[in-house]
Amino acid sequence: MTAQHSVTLNVNGTAHDCEVEARMTLADCLREKLDLTGTHLGCEHGVCGACTVIVDGAAVRSCLMFAVQAQGVQITTVEGLADGDTLSDLQQAFHDNFALQCGFCTPGFLTTAESVLAENPSPTRAEVQSAISGNICRCTGYVPIIDAILDTAKRRREGGQ
Amino acid sequence: MSASTPYIGRSVKRLEDRRFLTGTGRYIDDIKLPDMAVMAIYRSPHAHARINAIDLTAAKAVPGVIDAFCAADIDMDLPEIPLRLAPFDGFERFLQRPIADDKVRYVGEPVAVVIASDRYIAEDALDLIEVDFAPLPAVTQVDQAAAGDTLVHEDAGENMATRYTVGRGDADDAFRRAAYTRRERFTTNRHGAVPMETRGLIAEFNPDTPLLRLHGATKVNFFNRRHLAAAFDLPEAAVELIETDVGGGFGARGELYPEDYLVPIASRRIGRPVKWIEDRRENLTATNHSRDIVCDLEIATTDEGRILGMRATVQGDMGAYIRTNGGVVASKAAQFLPGPYRVPAFSCDVQFLVTNKTPVGTFRGPGRFEANFCRERMLDMVAADLNIDPAELRLRNLMEPADLPYRIGELVPGDVNATFDRGNYPSALNQLLDEVGYADWKDRQGTIIDGRAYGLGIACFIESSAAGPPETARITVAADGAIEIRTGASSVGQGTETGMAQICADYLSVDIDRIGVLHGSTTLVPTGGGTFHSRNTVMAGNAVRMAAETLQARSIELAALRWNTDASGLEYRDGAVHQNDAAASVLSLVELAAFAQSRGTDEALAADAAFDNEGKLSYSYGAHAALVAIDVATGVVEVEKYVLTEEIGRALNPAMVQGQAIGGLVQGLGGTFLDHMVYDEDGQLLTGSFADYLLPTSTDLPDITAIALEESPSEFNPMGFKGAGEGGIVAVAAAVGNAVTHALNAHNIQINDLPITPDRLRAALRAVGA
Ligand code: FES
Ligand code: FES
Repeated sequence: MTAQHSVTLNVNGTAHDCEVEARMTLADCLREKLDLTGTHLGCEHGVCGACTVIVDGAAVRSCLMFAVQAQGVQITTVEGLADGDTLSDLQQAFHDNFALQCGFCTPGFLTTAESVLAENPSPTRAEVQSAISGNICRCTGYVPIIDAILDTAKRRREGGQ
Repeated sequence: MSASTPYIGRSVKRLEDRRFLTGTGRYIDDIKLPDMAVMAIYRSPHAHARINAIDLTAAKAVPGVIDAFCAADIDMDLPEIPLRLAPFDGFERFLQRPIADDKVRYVGEPVAVVIASDRYIAEDALDLIEVDFAPLPAVTQVDQAAAGDTLVHEDAGENMATRYTVGRGDADDAFRRAAYTRRERFTTNRHGAVPMETRGLIAEFNPDTPLLRLHGATKVNFFNRRHLAAAFDLPEAAVELIETDVGGGFGARGELYPEDYLVPIASRRIGRPVKWIEDRRENLTATNHSRDIVCDLEIATTDEGRILGMRATVQGDMGAYIRTNGGVVASKAAQFLPGPYRVPAFSCDVQFLVTNKTPVGTFRGPGRFEANFCRERMLDMVAADLNIDPAELRLRNLMEPADLPYRIGELVPGDVNATFDRGNYPSALNQLLDEVGYADWKDRQGTIIDGRAYGLGIACFIESSAAGPPETARITVAADGAIEIRTGASSVGQGTETGMAQICADYLSVDIDRIGVLHGSTTLVPTGGGTFHSRNTVMAGNAVRMAAETLQARSIELAALRWNTDASGLEYRDGAVHQNDAAASVLSLVELAAFAQSRGTDEALAADAAFDNEGKLSYSYGAHAALVAIDVATGVVEVEKYVLTEEIGRALNPAMVQGQAIGGLVQGLGGTFLDHMVYDEDGQLLTGSFADYLLPTSTDLPDITAIALEESPSEFNPMGFKGAGEGGIVAVAAAVGNAVTHALNAHNIQINDLPITPDRLRAALRAVGA
């Protein structure tokens, strides 16, 4: 088939060497080659946000990026958010606020929220709503997701982070 | 029952969250089996066409392609996808087979299958399949279908899959006597469940064993197993349906679809496991659509607005085939048209019309969403015509507690016993009116502030839950103290595991952390009813309760044996059996489990139960209010505030109930403003991606208050539960439609058609010079 390319992906602090076709998306590479199946595919055309990962600090739709473009960048996926067995504060806030039902959209919301909070540690409710407006959740009606993100921001500020 | 009830009624955190939060859930596409191949489906690009020839040669030649096949290559009789619900006479002429042979009837119908080593290659090969189609005219509207100039299924001789009339009382007489009558046509837009995870399946077919194992099943696994076994001529025991984590169901996922047959056929052909994952474009044409009802509704009242009768014609656009959900959508739309009101006379002509569109199935609140929209819009028109306040008109007509229970009559053929159980409908409305400050609103309807017109709309609903076959549960205590619940119910993401564990923990008086819940798969329990119609908490919940009660009795039996004493002096409490002897002896569940095990391999501390509500349904009911602000210049509607009340009998987990209400409500806003499967006159779906098919996002949210009422516990199960999954969605279009009409009352614009879009509103405003 099509020519294979070598690429080294730095994912959650670990380097992985992969052989991929030029057309393989980063999402498919994470899921199929690295077995990091926490990154989900809801549309594969850049609208739903389920596939969001953090690339050098920015939220990126891994269905719209090729694996070969990821050479040399730092990628964080949902699998990289918890500290061992301890949920991150954001994950814990999602749990505490009932911010997930089926959980399919959750990885994309978590990664999006992390990059939002890194950029703006004190978002207003409206800013959170707008920041996650590119992620679709069919179950929760968004309200508890917004609450969870605002809770996390507040706790981080209070924690002096 | 246990002494204390520390879990039921509390917002216990969900047991299933951790795996979803850490990316370690196991959804169907996360599963990889050794030697697994991947299949992709060539789907019809035409709405209606004859197939002259299919050429798979080029596709098969692609390196990495293992096999390709079409109907002609399949060496078994192609089964018909069965009717599971509302199987009315006449439908048998319109059933679908898994793959088209001589003719295609909707865009997206399977025509050929490619199996390859990976999905990229499979999709490359799809592009090389050549099909010679002879296009036919497409039937895309119910009126066109009824005219019958083009037949979707020639052998049936008509496009009317079935038609019947239901009613109660003498409707024609009511209309003759009425001081006031009105007639309107309402349409609800075709849209669908659109869960975030598309459908997917993995089949492992081993003809030698024989074994068909299908991963990715959900919802009604035992029904599906029975039919798959028959289709593949296997004993039921040789078919295993395995449930994985599921990214949302909402009615559409887990029904039998063409792919439930095609993936096993593919696996059988190549002797390897085969995976199929639907992409989003496929999902929007291949997974059941819903709604799509045209309703001509007439109402007759006294001059004080007391309803004397209703007459209606309900036309359901069924799409190209009748699938598993049969006539649910239109039949329920008809049944729920009179709603929670005293409507002494009612008559409804119900028509099921076949068109060249994706087949229809259920979506959360099937038929109810549609019926509430039509009726509640009509009531507001009556109120305006008779100059009665809309809330007052409703209070005049709502059934009172003294009217209940009420046998509604045979409003679905064969459903002769349907009975609204006890409740207090006016109370649910009055609490809504208080919460939303209705009294202050009467004079503010239509107020314009800064170019935005304000309106408040209300709507009432009633909604059945928990129908269908019995549900099963088995509870086992392991010698290490772990407690396992197995149930035939499925989880589609709504928190089933948590809810079942709460009930079990209370009825066994144990810590919830000890409890694990396994559900759905046919390998876990001998039989099960499944998950639909808001039934898990009621059906599976009561099965778990009964199993726990039986397990208490079993514990006492074992303790009596162990102590060599009479069981009558023993008592189960706090997770152990107690003896009122001098030593106050205690045997914990752990000790009893170990004791049971020591007695022999067949012994266990376990109990089975099945709960059957014998068709006695509990009805959830309530009311919705929407406050909208409309930008008159652009036609953009903002829902500023939304309040709903919903009587659910008893809340198992208030936070999860709230999640159902808010999630349902936001889906309902989508169905009211956004979600729309738009077809052109050739039957092409114009909204085949998320760029065109719009879903609600986080910026579309009103300020929401969802109040779960627990004033009227169900009489039909000892825990008092009623379904809580659909009350959030069923009256959204109704309340919003009324709010928009009130906001624009200066222009006398009536909302009769969904969705409500800026361009439609602007067109209506332009037409009146606004
Ligand atoms: S899967 Fe990437 S945005 Fe939807
Ligand atoms: S929790 Fe199901 S899609 Fe968000």
